[in-house]
Amino acid sequence: MATRKLKAAGAALVAACLTAGPAAADLVFPDLSYRTGPYAANGIPFSDGYQDYLTLLNERDGGIGGVPINILECETGYNTEKGVECYEATKGEGALIYQPLSTGITYQLIPKATADGIPVHSMGYGRTSAKNGEVFRWIFNYPANYWDGASHAINHILAQNDGDISGKKIALVYHNSAYGKEPIRTLEELAAKHGYELLLLPVDHPGQEQKSQWLQIRRERPDNVIMWGWGVMNQVAIQEAVNIRYPMENFIGIWWSGSENDVLPAGDGADGYKALTFHNLGMDYPIYDDLKQYVVDAGKAAGAGDQLGTALYSRGMYAAMLAAEAARTAQEIHGTPDITPAMMRDGMEALEITEEKMAALGLPNFGPTFKVTCGNHGGDGLGAMAQWDAAAGTWSLISDYGPADEEVLNPLIEADSMAYAEENGITPGCE
Amino acid sequence: MPDQLLFAMEVFLNGLMAGVLYALVALGFVLIFKASGIFNYAQGVMALFAALTLVGIMEGQVPFSHLINAAFGTEIHHFGWHLPAVAAILLTGVVMVALAWAVNRLIFRHLVGQEPIILFMATIGLAYFMEGLGDIMWGADIKKLDVGLPQGINAWIDETTFNAFGYGFFIDNLDIWATVIAAALVIALTIFSQYSKQGRALRAVADDHQAALSVGISLNFIWVLVWSIAGFVALVAGIMWGTKSGVQFSLSLIALKALPVLMLGGFTSIPGAIVGGLIIGVGEKLFEFLVGPLVGGATENWFAYVLALLFLVFRPQGLFGERIIERV
Repeated sequence: MATRKLKAAGAALVAACLTAGPAAADLVFPDLSYRTGPYAANGIPFSDGYQDYLTLLNERDGGIGGVPINILECETGYNTEKGVECYEATKGEGALIYQPLSTGITYQLIPKATADGIPVHSMGYGRTSAKNGEVFRWIFNYPANYWDGASHAINHILAQNDGDISGKKIALVYHNSAYGKEPIRTLEELAAKHGYELLLLPVDHPGQEQKSQWLQIRRERPDNVIMWGWGVMNQVAIQEAVNIRYPMENFIGIWWSGSENDVLPAGDGADGYKALTFHNLGMDYPIYDDLKQYVVDAGKAAGAGDQLGTALYSRGMYAAMLAAEAARTAQEIHGTPDITPAMMRDGMEALEITEEKMAALGLPNFGPTFKVTCGNHGGDGLGAMAQWDAAAGTWSLISDYGPADEEVLNPLIEADSMAYAEENGITPGCE
Repeated sequence: MPDQLLFAMEVFLNGLMAGVLYALVALGFVLIFKASGIFNYAQGVMALFAALTLVGIMEGQVPFSHLINAAFGTEIHHFGWHLPAVAAILLTGVVMVALAWAVNRLIFRHLVGQEPIILFMATIGLAYFMEGLGDIMWGADIKKLDVGLPQGINAWIDETTFNAFGYGFFIDNLDIWATVIAAALVIALTIFSQYSKQGRALRAVADDHQAALSVGISLNFIWVLVWSIAGFVALVAGIMWGTKSGVQFSLSLIALKALPVLMLGGFTSIPGAIVGGLIIGVGEKLFEFLVGPLVGGATENWFAYVLALLFLVFRPQGLFGERIIERV
């Protein structure tokens, strides 16, 4: 951790002081991380996974297509203003892609990155309607977005109730922010379709006190609770659910409420808690042998090397893998290993993740296969359900990857993205 | 009895319990402000630092291990022991006393006689320094804290109220313990300040620095003493809040919960912190219960401040604060 901070401070100093950028041939991947502040416990494993994967490519393969990767880490503290400062400080270094791990920062970067011609990948977060690539030309949110997540949660509840949830009561406990409010519209539309009653329970930042919300849940006795939280809100919510003896198997978190950090403080009581995911979990993949050999044991890990295999480390690694494969695709499309942000965008738009590709990367069956197109920057939106085993201390997938309800979601995405296009004078299209 | 009335009673009781937890944080502010006139912005971070240190000592974590390993190429992380909670709490208390001594020796001794705003800014610097120090010493991961306090619904209250009203009230065992511990803390602080020599000296300094100095009371000693006591109170608050959510860096934000309590109860009164905490706890919970559903919920954070402001308008010094009249 301390090493990481020293490195981050060094990187910031270098970024601030150097008049010349990195070697022109480097592939520059900024890492807008948060290793300090209230959300550090989540930011650290994600950033470690992201950087370790890119370091592995450097150490084992000499980079991507023979071109070394230059990682520029910048500390955002999960603060939107700092995130924008990081973007401004690093974009001139030849940044190819931004993955800020924050919906707030993503919203701020959408117009800036669009104007600057640098792609943003908000994987499983950010503005959902960015899935419409004809409007959001530089923004991508594959392989799944928030509205997919909301639909997956309802699909899971449907599957548990033989497809009939009319008359059921479902509560949404959500972070009272733009992020937490994202699924409401979708859940309302799905409520109209399936006939369940939706109970909305906002929790103010940071979410350390949730007694009112959980007393209400105890009174109203919803059949299921869906959670859209981040940081301390998740741990407190799970503990409160344990306290009121809410059945954990009926408690479902979005993928940002499904890390070890969220369940471990509640101990055995968290056993059976469920969370959505768009990639697999655990360490049973060949890539971890390489990560240990080339990165951790070689003393080149981004952090202390103690996060390997955690849910958020896996997600950071997955994000880096998708970025690296998009860069590789861009190199193939343009016939040059030295790519620009515009070429990177082309690579992202032509990205296809196949089982063969994942197996070759040491990640067989790690996630669903999907394909990105100009019109669809969100991939196929597949998601699966994971469940926490407190005794074993592991997450396990308890469902196959399934589709979201596109019949409901597509009109919502169309409406929201077209409203954005109208507000910003964008003519939708692929050229 | 109508269901809504039963629910309101349950909310009221839980509001009282939440208020105790707020008061625990506010107490630390009051102690330091009363003795030195310093509004200690770092009180929330002190609770975080104390809780981090407690878990680190209990689990035998080597402080600064990442720094040591990076500098010397070692792989040390743990001492290999697991200390009982009581021993770890005592050792953490020693650390908090050392911290109090260092804070006074290195910062406030040099700022005697400065404007309150200068002292306040010094505590802002102290807060960020301690947050960074805690991070480097113990790491930023979320740590489970278990000092043996029970959590979860109190079965006896649940059963008794169910038998009486047909609806079982939810009261968290941890909240009951917090109430007992807070009561013990206030009694101990009252006895200490009323009947011990140091306590009387502390009150003398609080009343008039110059007069206290003139009768031979050491200001430095009193400040170290009061920062040590505030450090211990921060440790108690850190244990209670850390048990609920795990020990993590957002713990420092519990200070936000103490501010309306201080506004309402006054900055100089220990009973004010307790009563203020209870009023804020009950007020925000009942408002959320009664009005929250009509306005979309999430009213607690802002309503606590509205409530405190209302009290301020009619009683600027707070419910129990000292009324200061400056004659020109």
